[in-house]
Amino acid sequence: MIPASFDYHRPKSTPEALAILGQYGDDARVVAGGHSLIPMMKLRMAQPSHLVDLRSIPELKGIRIDGTTIVIGAMTTQAELLGSAQLTAAVPILHEAALQIADPQVRYMGTLGGNVANGDPGNDMPAVMQCLDASYRVTGKTGSRSIKARAFYKSAYVTALNSGEIVTAIEIPVPPGKHGYSYDKLKRKIGDYATAAAAVMMTVSGGKVQTCAIALTNLGPTPIYCAQASAAIVGSGLDTAAITAAAGAAGALMAPSPDGRGTVQFRTSVGGVMIGRALQRAYQRATA
Amino acid sequence: MNDQTPPTREMREAKLEGMGCKRKRVEDVRFTQGKGNYVDDMKLPGMLFGDLVRSPYGHARVKSIDTSKAMKVPGVLAVLTAKELAGVNLAWMPTLAGDVQMVLADGKVLFQGQEVAFVVATDRYAAADGVEAVEVEYEELPVCVDPFKSMLPNAPELREDLKGKMTGAHGPRKHHNHIFEWTVGDKTATDTAFNTAEVSIKELISYQRVHPSPLETCQCLASFDKVRGELTVYGTFQAPHVIRTVASLISTIPEHKIHVIAPDIGGGFGNKVGAYPGYICAIVASIVTGKPVKWVEDRMENLSSTSFARDYHMTCEIAATKAGKITGLRVHVLADHGAFDACADPSKWPAGFFNIVTGSYDIPTAHISVDGVYTNKAPGGVAYRCSFRVTEAAYCIERGMDILAQKLGMDPAELRLKNFIKREQFPYHSALGWEYDSGDYHTAMNKAMDAIGYKQLRAEQLAKREAFKRGETRDLMGIGVCFFTEIVGAGPSKNCDILGLAMFDSCEIRIHPTGSGIVRVGSKSQGQGHETTWAQIVATEIGIPADNLTVEEGNTDTAPYGLGTYGSRSTPVAGAAIAMAARKIKAKAQMIAAHMLEVHEGDLEWDIDGFRVKGLPEKSKSMKELVWAAYNKPPPGMEPGMEAVSYYDPPNMTYPFGAYFCVMDIDVDTGEYKVRKFYALDDCGTRINPMIIEGQVHGGLTEAFAIAMGQELKYDDRGNLHGGSFMDFFLPTAVETPHWTTDHTVTPSPHHPIGAKGVGESPNVGGVPAFSNAVNDAFNFMGGTHIQMPHDHWRNWEAAHSRGMHG
Repeated sequence: MIPASFDYHRPKSTPEALAILGQYGDDARVVAGGHSLIPMMKLRMAQPSHLVDLRSIPELKGIRIDGTTIVIGAMTTQAELLGSAQLTAAVPILHEAALQIADPQVRYMGTLGGNVANGDPGNDMPAVMQCLDASYRVTGKTGSRSIKARAFYKSAYVTALNSGEIVTAIEIPVPPGKHGYSYDKLKRKIGDYATAAAAVMMTVSGGKVQTCAIALTNLGPTPIYCAQASAAIVGSGLDTAAITAAAGAAGALMAPSPDGRGTVQFRTSVGGVMIGRALQRAYQRATA
Repeated sequence: MNDQTPPTREMREAKLEGMGCKRKRVEDVRFTQGKGNYVDDMKLPGMLFGDLVRSPYGHARVKSIDTSKAMKVPGVLAVLTAKELAGVNLAWMPTLAGDVQMVLADGKVLFQGQEVAFVVATDRYAAADGVEAVEVEYEELPVCVDPFKSMLPNAPELREDLKGKMTGAHGPRKHHNHIFEWTVGDKTATDTAFNTAEVSIKELISYQRVHPSPLETCQCLASFDKVRGELTVYGTFQAPHVIRTVASLISTIPEHKIHVIAPDIGGGFGNKVGAYPGYICAIVASIVTGKPVKWVEDRMENLSSTSFARDYHMTCEIAATKAGKITGLRVHVLADHGAFDACADPSKWPAGFFNIVTGSYDIPTAHISVDGVYTNKAPGGVAYRCSFRVTEAAYCIERGMDILAQKLGMDPAELRLKNFIKREQFPYHSALGWEYDSGDYHTAMNKAMDAIGYKQLRAEQLAKREAFKRGETRDLMGIGVCFFTEIVGAGPSKNCDILGLAMFDSCEIRIHPTGSGIVRVGSKSQGQGHETTWAQIVATEIGIPADNLTVEEGNTDTAPYGLGTYGSRSTPVAGAAIAMAARKIKAKAQMIAAHMLEVHEGDLEWDIDGFRVKGLPEKSKSMKELVWAAYNKPPPGMEPGMEAVSYYDPPNMTYPFGAYFCVMDIDVDTGEYKVRKFYALDDCGTRINPMIIEGQVHGGLTEAFAIAMGQELKYDDRGNLHGGSFMDFFLPTAVETPHWTTDHTVTPSPHHPIGAKGVGESPNVGGVPAFSNAVNDAFNFMGGTHIQMPHDHWRNWEAAHSRGMHG
């Protein structure tokens, strides 16, 4: 459990970080909170020669609401997310999801940027970001671009991020003031990845669902945005038939790998249960 | 009150903090401040580090090992392989179970994670780089990880070193992957009981492979002094004297020139009884380099290579009358020992004390047979927080009792009450050869049932089941009943030894002139709190406050010879030696008191902290005064000084018991469970420190919860270990751990000097069946008789699914 030797860089600005990445190419990896990369390095499954620590770059920190968009610096920790009253009021699902990530010690180190950029299907925030229709602000040598969370994940650990690019911020459209939300996660113990988890955002008017977004964690090689399942809910009063239809549509997209958490059949089945729970809780909150 | 007021008897008694007192743990002063001294805290001048190259394969021929690149890594000084070890006749080492084990791969590897080469370097980083640079060429061989397939005619031959040897350490071998067959009991009478039984059950009850996973992994620091020809080994040893003797026997270094020192240990649970390849490698590396060499396992190495527990596959049969009286018990066990038989049992007991499987019941006839087999899995089979194979036995009979109750349509608690050994039957001779020293099972069970409100719970359960059938709830309620009897305190030399070392234990007490002293004991605490409780025994026995006594263990140069701490043997064996040594001190003090008070010894009586003349309580001498006199004014003809040594060979084992109840709710759609209530009544005889007992019970129950509800070391067909890290191997946090309610009765051991029986392992022994019975109780009214552990979300969901609960 000792990593191979590497050089450690701690740039003070994004351009400086990009320059280091440019210089060393694929031999360099950026590290945010380090809670995914460092264990991989200790197992020598990752052996970067250069580690570029982003923690001393001030512009990658902070939470601000910019008109209709919330901008969260990529190096904002989960603990800082949890500590922001403004963010919790505007997007309570972030608070609910962050509380279900690992344990307090990890949340003091783990960052939102690292969580969304790593491409680990077990990470919780990617599905939440897809549910919120968030975008990732990405900066590289040739400038900056924005990538939709729903288009970012290609397969396990493979994302739309190009070599030499850094996720600098997460941009979230401010949800309607009155909305329902829920992040429901089945896990074996504190600190574990989800056996199955579902994120739901919803608005309701006159008892009927007006908008709905559903996304799933750890039920396939990438987070799963369930457009068809979401559509099955819209217009309904969240009756059993609608929930069953949504769970069925989402189930067709699930492709979990069998592991210590259970078989494909079990994980797919509880994926449906998590969707049902999240829909019902979101509906209650939207109508409360 | 002024200074002149003589202390009351209560005050004098309280000052001692003797037996029965909730004395705070003295060791916690350093542990809670991070000031413990563990092996990895130790640094010796010029110290080197060793790290192991391990096999990625479950079964493979080692074609070649090329160390040349590793030797070029900066800081790497040496690489040991089996070839180098063979030069000092240490390529293989004896195991505690009478088998031999490769120290480093000798021609082939037999399990994933097996030790292949040992890299020695100036620091642990260089050593790890060296490990990466060692090039090993393997040729994969067919793998056998399933004990049910290991004795098939075409099963691959795992142990080529045993080719043609059809007799092992425990008798004949039936197959090339067979280790031993062990049988106990009257087969003919048992078969007759089954042939004439009104009712019988038969069930395969598996206890999955798990791991003790102590907080601190296995580690050692070996230092060979070439000038003096002396070897010092600091290590995480539960039995330091045994390690010294074994080291002397296999190294030919005389025993007085080997110093084995176990400093503070961060938990053992059986993981630190045996000797591991890393120890041998560190010792050889120190001899080769002339420098101290430290070896420290990481977490994954600990989980994958040093000492698993359980992996017992028990076919349990019970014969009974229609009225529920048991007439016979028959059990066959398929015991998976992994690649080498490295069980840490007393040598004559290849399946430990599994013949305690008759449990708490008056079973007239029984027969058991155990087949030990080799597989391509890590060696071990240690007593993980239990006496030898007692958790397996308790699980087997307690699951079997529930299955029988189900078949009879009888309440499981009622079935147990009907079959308990009665108080007046003790000492009770079991059908499988044990003499149970004492017990009062009915009292304990009735107290427990009243405390938990058993009848009301069953009524509630019945209503919930009806509601479930009507579709009004998706939760099931399970009530787990367990009544266990342990057998601990190994053990009487007439039937217990480890490699010929009789399993006595020892204590040496030296009281200093001013009335304080040091107590040295042959046991070795790994967190049990011996520094606290041993002083309490002495305090009560000789009237010197526990705070004035230092307890020391673990240094083989200063501690008297003892067999160490495991199998709940410390209190039954070492605890008895402590009391007996203290009584020698007291006897000498009595002679001195008689001289000083000018009376006959028989005219004196003991009074809390000194002797007084019978009928003349004002004529007295405190122990403090008597100790001063022992050094400075001993009676004429008496040697000065105040020391005593006792070696205690117990006449029998002790038999702690308990009644545990678990109430659990399970969501059939996700398999999630909630332990609503867990009640544990323990009877460990005389209670030395109730607070430490409570802590022991909490810890053991937490481990039992972990085992029953999630732990599993699972191998795939290619011999890859899954779950070899804490991501997958279930170690519950405070969040998952249920609330525990503890209770007790007291039935002292009649043969133990202070009546104590040991408690540390009871909660693991009794806890696992209580949890498992709760899960089984929740589901089996809808069909089925037995659900295998672990009862995690997935398996609970499967249980619901297979019973048609998902529509």
